[in-house]
Amino acid sequence: MSADADSLPRVTAATGVVAPRPFLREHWPWFAAIVIAIVMPWFFFNWSTGRHSGFVLTMLSEIGLMTIFALSFNMQMGHTGLLSFGHAILFGLGGYCTAHALNAIKDGGLWLPTELVPLVGGLGGLAFGILFGYLATKQRATAFAMITMGMGELVAAAALMFVGFFGGEGGVSTNRVTGVSLLGASYSSSWQVYYLIVVWVVICVVLMRLQTMTPLGRMANASRDNFERAQFVGYDPRMVRFYQFVLSGFFAGIAGGLYAILYEIVTFDTVAAPKSATALLATYIGGAGGFFGPILGTILVVLLQSGVSLLSNAWLLYVGVLFIIMVMFAPGGIVGLIAAHAPIARIGRLRELVVPYIRVLIPGLVAVLGFVALVELASFTTIGASQGKKLAIGGLAIDTATAVPWVVAAAALVLGGFWLRREAAVFRRRWDALIDAAKAQGAAA
Amino acid sequence: MEVFLVSLLNGLVYGMLLFMLSSGLTLIFSMMGVLNFAHASAYMLGAYFAFTISLYVGFWPALILAPLLCGLVGAVIEMYGLRRVHKNGHIAELLFTFGLALIIEKCVQMTWGLVAVPYRVPAGLDFPLFSVYGTNFHAYRAFMLLISALMFVSIWLALTRTRVGLIIQASLTHPEMVGALGHNVPRVFTLVFAGGTALAGLAGVIGGNYQVTEPSMAFAMGPIVFVVVVFGGLGSLTGCFIASLLMGLIQTFAIVLDYSLADLLKQLGITITSSTPFAEVLTVPIPRIGALLPYILLVLILLFKPRGLMGTRDT
Repeated sequence: MSADADSLPRVTAATGVVAPRPFLREHWPWFAAIVIAIVMPWFFFNWSTGRHSGFVLTMLSEIGLMTIFALSFNMQMGHTGLLSFGHAILFGLGGYCTAHALNAIKDGGLWLPTELVPLVGGLGGLAFGILFGYLATKQRATAFAMITMGMGELVAAAALMFVGFFGGEGGVSTNRVTGVSLLGASYSSSWQVYYLIVVWVVICVVLMRLQTMTPLGRMANASRDNFERAQFVGYDPRMVRFYQFVLSGFFAGIAGGLYAILYEIVTFDTVAAPKSATALLATYIGGAGGFFGPILGTILVVLLQSGVSLLSNAWLLYVGVLFIIMVMFAPGGIVGLIAAHAPIARIGRLRELVVPYIRVLIPGLVAVLGFVALVELASFTTIGASQGKKLAIGGLAIDTATAVPWVVAAAALVLGGFWLRREAAVFRRRWDALIDAAKAQGAAA
Repeated sequence: MEVFLVSLLNGLVYGMLLFMLSSGLTLIFSMMGVLNFAHASAYMLGAYFAFTISLYVGFWPALILAPLLCGLVGAVIEMYGLRRVHKNGHIAELLFTFGLALIIEKCVQMTWGLVAVPYRVPAGLDFPLFSVYGTNFHAYRAFMLLISALMFVSIWLALTRTRVGLIIQASLTHPEMVGALGHNVPRVFTLVFAGGTALAGLAGVIGGNYQVTEPSMAFAMGPIVFVVVVFGGLGSLTGCFIASLLMGLIQTFAIVLDYSLADLLKQLGITITSSTPFAEVLTVPIPRIGALLPYILLVLILLFKPRGLMGTRDT
């Protein structure tokens, strides 16, 4: 790692070379995350029946594979500056390859332990990454975005058209219980699949993290920030883009392979635009600048997707609003917001922000509740009514045809909004003062 | 001949509709560099506004009011949203409009429901105007052609003959210079954005009842509009006009040409059977891949001529 940094002194000058520290102390968040991932299902274990919660396991598995997918997307967007609108084609095609491989194993035409089957998806993603990447990376910026959008639409349409490989509208169904395993596990129960996914997620996340430290990863950053300079240093930005695209295709394919194993069916919506959009939303909400942002974003988006969609028809609206707020006010995403606190934490005055935070939180909560109530009222009068659902809070049925709930919700939104603006101004002053203090101390030190 | 004439007329109608939708986006894209994902959402809003307004006061007032409302929405988006995001760069602006498109679709679903609304052609125009070889040509299609031709002429006159139009044209290529000459470029931006959105709204008013008014219409139309804008080339209304007609004609003619690659190969003496490799790809008839053609064209033109048909600069 330091050898790479030495060979590229200009690029790494800003990041700085980290002095070696004890392995465990430096990397403890990784181990904490792995431990959490391992024990998480047991919080939802039903001890009286001795069963895992299927819903929670599926959701956690989904978070895992979508994490790989979002990180692979960020290899293009955050690290190389390539905004793709068709990233799901690599994910979905990897999934289709995996489904066909599983069927071949079942028929005895192929021998491969289930543990290694996601690799088939990865290689599929890699192969299609070479094909699509060769064309798409000829361009950059907006033209690249448009090409990938065109490719995404093409593949999505082709998936419905060519029944032989894509299975048409029904998709390709498969069976993950092939009887071929390295560990002797059958993968008939969902907790086994979950732990398989956890292992693959850890491998992929570590590999992708290490990739950002290779010369290729550094050159990707350089050609993102200033591709003309990267050219002058002697690299071909087109090839840098191409390699990044292909590698990201490999990881997206692995995510697709895990998808095929988890759901045992791959349909055309794995290649369609909404899937690409999910990666984009998760990455941007979490923060595209660093490495870990997409992980946070994925957790949030999948929780909203599977948790809130049970309660509300409007989960995509909430994600959309969150996304817009992030684009407008926090382009660095959640990670960027957290990182902004670092200077204040360094001078040890983070505690002074607690009271201002609480004062902002209360009106913020009122406004959010008002907004959610309005959205739910609206969605229950149209969509809910057609589905025969009624809005009820804690057993108390609410008639959406009367004016009272609407007025209350609107009042909460408007009053909360104005109150929030006032408190936000107070918060801003406090924040600026603390940042100034941090700067002054930093300058003194 | 009969099929040819009918397809030509239908292609013309569809192409003019596409032009009305994409001319605004061409202006916005060339001038502000914003690839506006919410443009097709304005098309959808136009159709829904017109549906609701025509329930109360009829179709004709809706023809005026709905585009105005859309223009208002566009102005608000530009002044309070885009302008704020502008400092974060083009990608942030693009993502902003993308999020906006998502939100507008959900809002439309929550206001008008998930299924299509019964937005119909006004009774006064619901009769066959003339017939070509026994196929009726609907009066409403003639009306659509008329409206879009009127719009084309008036937008062309406004851009080339008025003072505002000249400033807009100048801002397309030299925004800094226009600003330096003392013109309020941000206000010109707002004007263009609102105008473009209003045009998309107008397209929605007359296109919504020609096609179907449903919440997915924006995401169905959006990519095609991008194709037209990129294919026509940045900064060129003429290119946009040609590209629109081309896409309209391609899509309508693709439906009636029942051939496949296998037929072509048969002429060359090669017969395709189900055991030939890629038989499925070779035997798929053109009508089925009609919807794919615009995207194939988009990818090809971006790869080999990123400037588009008549564009003045790269995408």
